[in-house]
Amino acid sequence: MALQSLDITRRSATTTPAPSVRQTTEVAKLIDVSACIGCKACQAACMEWNDIRDEIGTCHGVYDNPMDLTAKSWTVMRYAEVEQDGRLEWLIRKDGCMHCADPGCLKACPAPGAILQYANGIVDFHEEHCIGCGYCITGCPFNIPRLSKEDGKAYKCSLCSDRVAVGQAPACIKACPTGALQFGAKEQMKHYAEERIHDLQSRGYQKAGLYDPPGVGGTHVMYVLHHADQPELYSRLPNDPGISPLVSLWKGVAKPLATLALAGVALGSLFHYVTKGPNEVSKELEDELEKEDAK
Amino acid sequence: MIRNPKDLARYTAHERANHWVVGISFILLALSGLAFFHPAFFPLAQLFGGGTWARILHPYVGVLMAVSFLVLFFRFSALNAMTPADREWLSRVGEMVDGNDHDMPEQGKYNGGQKLMFWALALCMLLLVASGIVMWRAWFDVPVGVIRLGAVVHAATAAVMIALIFVHVYAAIWVKGTIRAMWYGTVTRAWAKQHHRAWYRQVTGKS
Ligand code: HEM
Ligand code: SF4
Repeated sequence: MALQSLDITRRSATTTPAPSVRQTTEVAKLIDVSACIGCKACQAACMEWNDIRDEIGTCHGVYDNPMDLTAKSWTVMRYAEVEQDGRLEWLIRKDGCMHCADPGCLKACPAPGAILQYANGIVDFHEEHCIGCGYCITGCPFNIPRLSKEDGKAYKCSLCSDRVAVGQAPACIKACPTGALQFGAKEQMKHYAEERIHDLQSRGYQKAGLYDPPGVGGTHVMYVLHHADQPELYSRLPNDPGISPLVSLWKGVAKPLATLALAGVALGSLFHYVTKGPNEVSKELEDELEKEDAK
Repeated sequence: MIRNPKDLARYTAHERANHWVVGISFILLALSGLAFFHPAFFPLAQLFGGGTWARILHPYVGVLMAVSFLVLFFRFSALNAMTPADREWLSRVGEMVDGNDHDMPEQGKYNGGQKLMFWALALCMLLLVASGIVMWRAWFDVPVGVIRLGAVVHAATAAVMIALIFVHVYAAIWVKGTIRAMWYGTVTRAWAKQHHRAWYRQVTGKS
């Protein structure tokens, strides 16, 4: 990781600048929901490349399997059956970390260097620095990180930062048989998305559009949605995600100010002592009692 | 000189031990909690064997503190009921802080400031326990909105409580002859007469 560590934009729980002399192109994964057939090849590729095998679960009577993200399933396909204009639509969304430009996980993390954001936009967890508090889950607007029951560390999609660092596309991209998953420079991906959206609009999906939510500064995983006006249709993809105001309050300026206030109370006490002097029992009272005793 | 038989008993051994369990757990909680509070304090995690250990231990120490504080609370709550004399004392606390305590209203076992501190700390404890449990992912799984609120409440209350404890400890250092009450349970008669005259009269039967 020595080379990679020169292009870090943000480092969790660190108040000085991250090593960022090298600038790299911002990358993005584009998920074209309209072209996804829900085959889960990406899920399998993710397991294979990252060498993680989730527990074998049980069938819940739906296609979703596993039912949710876990510490060992960093991406899952979510299948929603919705009615639009009297027609049934089967909306399939590949869920996983969005690699936010303004990541709530990183903002909330109290462990220095446990979460990094690279200049290329990837938000990566470094589990060897993770303390297992789960603050990243509290901070994330997309409910992505998961704590492992085995080691107590938080895990999520790394956008295959190891592959991207050596010029390879993420494993899921390689596996997708329909071209629903694309990867490249973020600008390029936006152009590609425009073409797709045009095509969808010409075929009757007036509200087709790109999901690159500005509330988190944009994301490095973007969706092409046929119903971009109703992202919630896609298994509750948030409409206008952003870091919760409570998380901003919790992690904002109040803390340095509180720290100064605490220092103020401690120093104030010290100076009170040296200016006013200690509050001692008066000599007269002591003498008075001594006289009483002598009687 | 320290163990004058005429000294007045202020705390029993049980009360003192109870107080020290609360005090020690508070210090451990403040040190480990501050490690997560702001990066400036993260090195404090080393005192507990690193960030992960601090994260694991903190809530359990919290439970110990909650239980021992509850016992302390029931021991002392009746003695901390506010009276008009306490309010009068509080309204003139400025004179006290200024070091001029001669004409302060006469006080019982606790003065208005101590009583206010007692209730403020009890409230802080309640908020810290409730919000701490909400954030405790090893055992509890609550909706994320509640955890977010809990995190804010926990951090804010912890900061307030640490400040209150600074004041509590400083008051004991400032008023000479006080700390021994928590070491071996007694105070001198002169100390009692000066700072808690009503209590002095009550326990000695003198004026
Ligand atoms: C029953 C009592 C308590 C429980 C269950 C509790 C639990 C927790 C938990 C679960 C965390 C998150 C980190 C972790 O997982 O270890 C935390 C953080 C913290 N705790 Fe506590 N705690 C308690 C009492 C206290 C007390 C008395 C203090 C006062 C000094 C305190 C100060 C803190 C601070 C400063 C943080 C960091 C908050 C932040 O990240 O902004 N806690 N506590
Ligand atoms: S989606 Fe969640 S885990 Fe991923 S970068 Fe954004 S805040 Fe972090």
